[in-house]
Amino acid sequence: MRNVLCETLISLASDLQFVFLTGDLGFGALEPLKSAAGSRFINAGVAEQNMVSVAAGMARSGLIPWVYSIAPFLYARPFEQIRNDVCLHDLPVKLLGNGGGYAYGPMGATHHALEDYGALLTLPNMHVFVPAFAADVPVIINKLSQFDHPAYLRLGRCELPSNFILPPYSSWRKLISGDGSLLLVVGPLAGGILKEAMLLEDSKRPNMWVLSELPLALESIPTKFLNELHETKHLIVAEEHCEHGSAGQSLSHALALLGESIPRFSHRCARGYISHTYGSQMFHRKECGLDPDSIVSA
Amino acid sequence: MTKEPFEEMYSDLVRRTKLRLLRMHYESKVGHIGGNLSCLDILMALHHRVMQPEDTFLLSKGHAAGALYSTLWSKGILSDLDLKSFHSEGSHLSGHPAPNWISEIPFATGSLGHGLSLAAGMAHGRKLRGIPGKVYCVLSDGEMQEGSTWEAIHYANHQKLNHLTLLVDKNGLQGFGSTQEVAGLDRITEKLRSFGLAVIEIDGHNADDIIAACKSIICGPVAIVANTRKGCGVSFMENQMEWHYLPMSEAQYHQACDEVGRS
Repeated sequence: MRNVLCETLISLASDLQFVFLTGDLGFGALEPLKSAAGSRFINAGVAEQNMVSVAAGMARSGLIPWVYSIAPFLYARPFEQIRNDVCLHDLPVKLLGNGGGYAYGPMGATHHALEDYGALLTLPNMHVFVPAFAADVPVIINKLSQFDHPAYLRLGRCELPSNFILPPYSSWRKLISGDGSLLLVVGPLAGGILKEAMLLEDSKRPNMWVLSELPLALESIPTKFLNELHETKHLIVAEEHCEHGSAGQSLSHALALLGESIPRFSHRCARGYISHTYGSQMFHRKECGLDPDSIVSA
Repeated sequence: MTKEPFEEMYSDLVRRTKLRLLRMHYESKVGHIGGNLSCLDILMALHHRVMQPEDTFLLSKGHAAGALYSTLWSKGILSDLDLKSFHSEGSHLSGHPAPNWISEIPFATGSLGHGLSLAAGMAHGRKLRGIPGKVYCVLSDGEMQEGSTWEAIHYANHQKLNHLTLLVDKNGLQGFGSTQEVAGLDRITEKLRSFGLAVIEIDGHNADDIIAACKSIICGPVAIVANTRKGCGVSFMENQMEWHYLPMSEAQYHQACDEVGRS
């Protein structure tokens, strides 16, 4: 997704309001953007608190800042700067966090982002975008360039099966139909699950949806999803994020507010480090029951 | 030496603004008066004698909101009615500057260590857009203990933010001790200089010093270390840490007004 991000940002770099800040990250990926943006590509160094406040100051001066780092360094270290300087003032600062969930796998726990959107969605005016596939990134970036509020983009690695024709981007998207459970997935996790689900017979294949924007507004829930909820015996939400502040919690809350009765409900989410050992993104997904086999057989 | 009429008028305006600040804090029974009095001369000189219409001011030491509100009152931007609402229910004049209210307060501050980065961002944004105007930022000396302040200093110097001026209100006292006791902060000038800034040290209660330092033509971001006295102008408050917190009694308020009125 990072290369697509870079290409899309290059297309915006000639805009007079464009400015990009990185916390000394992007080697091997963002060099073309650096060339295209010139003085508007700023390596703000290993100083994330300053970088976020500087971005807020730039936004106050009429620029649209895009701020990039490895996800946890972008939302956790400078959380107060995001809260006070960006969100309280509803400034159009775009936070680009690379490596959502366990994406940085073997790099270890400090590099994982398991509570990013949950934490950020507690802040006023904040909106979160979680592309599930690389093709979503340009659509979201172009949407963000016109979006006059704080935003966080959670990037990961695209896992779209090569033989699947992806429907156009939407905050809620139906991917496949079946007579099994109703499954809502957040983020790139969707790709691997999709690959497994496509192999299943109709009776076991889930009705699979992907959600890409938060907070989850009641009115955003498609009627078609609600109709499928009325028909299903099992609702599953899967996301590479901890339970607190998750999309699963938001959905169950929203359905309760709508007066919908929820059938059997399973929430597959990040569970931290169950064995206290570390490995690839798939290793951690398996420990949490987030691997495709576990989800489609749930 | 006899003052020029303009100088006399300005001194009178500063005196009236200090009295207004005291009244506002007394009526609302709010503390923090010591740190307000230490930086009021700086804020007044900036707003009346230094800043041009295209310039921007940011108060990083948000606990001196009273000094900022009083200064804006002296400029006719805030009214007596506004000041009367200080610290009250439904007010825009909270104890620390609030967000999204008037353009003269571009950011809510109060958590220390944010202001200089915000000011650097505004200065850098202007530079990138080719917009004229300087950005002035007032920090407390205790705030120099925040790591983010030094991140901002590093950034401002490296990015050659020539239109950024930071002023440190060096009153030597912080929340629970002197800056020297708490953090060995007696050599701020040397520390700032070691980060590459042009540094000028002045008497922060002398308007001529403040104006001269701000107008001095130096390339690069400028740091002005302003030596000040917490509670300046009120004998029982001067250099007393407790006036970081205490509200004034009626007797103390009248004594403070007498002393400031005679100054």
